[in-house]
Amino acid sequence: MHKLLIDSPGKEMFLLGNEAIARGAIEAGIGVATCYPGTPSSEIPDNFFAMFKEAGFYFEYSTNEKVALEVAAGAAISGVRSIVTMKHVGMNVASDSLMTMAYLGVNAGMVVINADDPFLFSSQNEQDNRYYARLSGLPMIEPTNAQEMRDMTVAAFDISEQLKLPVILRTTTRLNHLRGAVKFGSIKPIQSKGFFKKDPFHFVAIPAVSRNLHKILLEKYDQALTLSENSKYNQLIGNGKWGIVTNGVSMNYVQDAISDLGIGDKVVILRLGFSYPMPEKMIEKFLSNVEKVLVVEELEPVMENEIRSIAQSKGISVPIKGKGDGLFPRLYEYDPGLVRKTIASYFSVPDTSPAMVDLSALPELPGRPPNLCAGCPHRAMYYAIKKVYGPDAIYPSDIGCYTLGVLPPLSMADIVICMGGSIGSACGIAAATDQKVVSFIGDSTFFHAGIPALINAVHNNHNFTLVILDNCTTAMTGQQPNPGVDTTPMGVDTIQISIEAIVKGCGVKHVQVVNPLQVKKSIAAAQASKDFDGISVIISKEICPLYAKAIKKAKKARPFYVNQDKCKQHLDCINLLACPAMYIADNKTMINESLCIGCAVCAQVCPENAILPIKKPV
Amino acid sequence: METKRIVFVGVGGQGNLLASRLLGEACISAGIPAVVSEIHGMAQRGGIVESALIMGAKSPIVSKGEADILVGFEPSETLRALNKCNKDTVVITNIHPLPPFTVVIGQGVYPDIDKSLDIIRDNVSLLIALDGDELAAKAENPLSLNMVMLGALIGSRVIPLEEDILKETISKTTKQAFLESNLKAFDFGVAASRVG
Repeated sequence: MHKLLIDSPGKEMFLLGNEAIARGAIEAGIGVATCYPGTPSSEIPDNFFAMFKEAGFYFEYSTNEKVALEVAAGAAISGVRSIVTMKHVGMNVASDSLMTMAYLGVNAGMVVINADDPFLFSSQNEQDNRYYARLSGLPMIEPTNAQEMRDMTVAAFDISEQLKLPVILRTTTRLNHLRGAVKFGSIKPIQSKGFFKKDPFHFVAIPAVSRNLHKILLEKYDQALTLSENSKYNQLIGNGKWGIVTNGVSMNYVQDAISDLGIGDKVVILRLGFSYPMPEKMIEKFLSNVEKVLVVEELEPVMENEIRSIAQSKGISVPIKGKGDGLFPRLYEYDPGLVRKTIASYFSVPDTSPAMVDLSALPELPGRPPNLCAGCPHRAMYYAIKKVYGPDAIYPSDIGCYTLGVLPPLSMADIVICMGGSIGSACGIAAATDQKVVSFIGDSTFFHAGIPALINAVHNNHNFTLVILDNCTTAMTGQQPNPGVDTTPMGVDTIQISIEAIVKGCGVKHVQVVNPLQVKKSIAAAQASKDFDGISVIISKEICPLYAKAIKKAKKARPFYVNQDKCKQHLDCINLLACPAMYIADNKTMINESLCIGCAVCAQVCPENAILPIKKPV
Repeated sequence: METKRIVFVGVGGQGNLLASRLLGEACISAGIPAVVSEIHGMAQRGGIVESALIMGAKSPIVSKGEADILVGFEPSETLRALNKCNKDTVVITNIHPLPPFTVVIGQGVYPDIDKSLDIIRDNVSLLIALDGDELAAKAENPLSLNMVMLGALIGSRVIPLEEDILKETISKTTKQAFLESNLKAFDFGVAASRVG
């Protein structure tokens, strides 16, 4: 049995935050779960995928977040509890549906898990999605630790059903990827089938209907406010005269700081877990009883500004500080030391933080950036394209492992915006310049947001080459399937969609499918694309070697070695491919036998044919 | 209980995350409140991997200068993480180098290991240095470096956890095929840090 399905209330497990959310959803009796994977949210759906058959709910990796949200919405309107998970930028994709789903509402609980990424550990921006609650009018709740990730997921379904609205549960990377003790509750039986009751004057968002729905949404705000005022996740802790307002992971830093600084008797914490709508009466009472207030929240001054607004409207003049004024930054994530130092300075108490060691004697250390793996097919295709198009062509790229191609010596990414952005931006660059443009997109990203942009490129006669790097999996986020993947090895029955057929169906006339590990053929394909006037597509198809290993389909290939008698130190293998299996020792080019997977690309690149498979059986 | 902040650093593939998770599970078994933080995603493609375990406090991460113990799986990464340390920190490090690719293509110089160890020793309260890869090889499982380092952490007696509880956790979570070598590697780590 999957560990998250064990129905033993009171049992305690040491869980990843994302596992705790998945457990909460199981306890809430979800009938439908959907997602598009994205760090830091991915382990939630991955756990659903690992247990949905056994548990008996419906699960899918949807093509993108908008679709995922609509699938979950359809279920919740039909009376089945649903959950949809995404990273913060995924919410941008889903936002079109989200905004109007707030009008339509739901008949059964629907929870939207939104994972923000302060410090951009694995993202293209660090937007603060608390604004989405304000924009849509949907309630938002924010857990602070692993236990609450479980508890508040369960609670979110109840709030959703009380208000008949989707509820957004917001996490940040540190919460998703912490591990802590989680006490289980009991599992509600799954209700996997509902009934769609026709009610077009409620569920068809035409202007005449939506004018009324907007009014209903505002009325629900008042009900949500009452829930927020009474929520146990909005707490006052302590009864000192120094006020600290906090949310999410920062709550832990605040509590540790107060304990480290020994000021527990002087401070009152206002913790906002039901963070939208903000509990105005509770905040008014809090403000009336303190001498000064510090707001501890990562990213934007959302609570700070709203609390200041409440203070103004109630005629309360207590100082309220947070961002700026030499206090907290709007950038990146907070940490315990930053919070402790800022609290100490704002309330004028001695800082107990230890001094960091003197680092002046430290030599300059070599960088260790993440790199494409040994044998990665993306590297081979980058080599072929660069060989033909040269360093001056413009290379729009997209979101995935292949974005790592930005690093030298490959240097194969000139602009990256968002999922699917490689194709749209290529259209613009091709239209606005006389430069050659080759854009890159992965298979899952192509399905997610590339297709409308490709249709745009064809329809509007744009002139560039699109390379679809099809490695048969969603590699970067943890090898999730996508519509192009054969899911039979995973024991799941889905219909595999051909990228080549889609590309042709979009009207692309010049389409080539190549195995990027065949270097000569790849170069020839690149040349044919370059010679073609108009939009051309190369589908570079080779399975991700890590994924192949995971599904036990790795080819048995012998690792390679460098024949030192033949090697003349051109260093093309090192300087043009930058495979992590290659290194230089005592001025000799060498291959690390245990890292080499035998892709043979370096052997094809070597001008002296000095790289050969190891002869002995291994 | 007294708060203990432990930072693990290493390179993708060295099993750093498993080490902090096993330690966290052992804490829970021993009734010690603990929280672990990990970083997943992009960093794991051959990049630096850092995790942390905090006993007896709520925050899941460790700020600069605030580690009570730093466990480094790779010497240059231990050196890089020295900004996590203060004069009272105990540092336990593997001395087997894994030069990054930037060194291979001439974009950086790998630091001299003996000098690096001297710098660390001069700045913290105790340095325990061991060849973790050699011990893992001796345990006949090159992938058991994380077990060696866990053993070294327990053997150093800087945290209130007994060997038995860790071994129990390792036994519960390791595949049968690797169990014997993992436990052996753990024992080698314990012994190495006692001597060191």
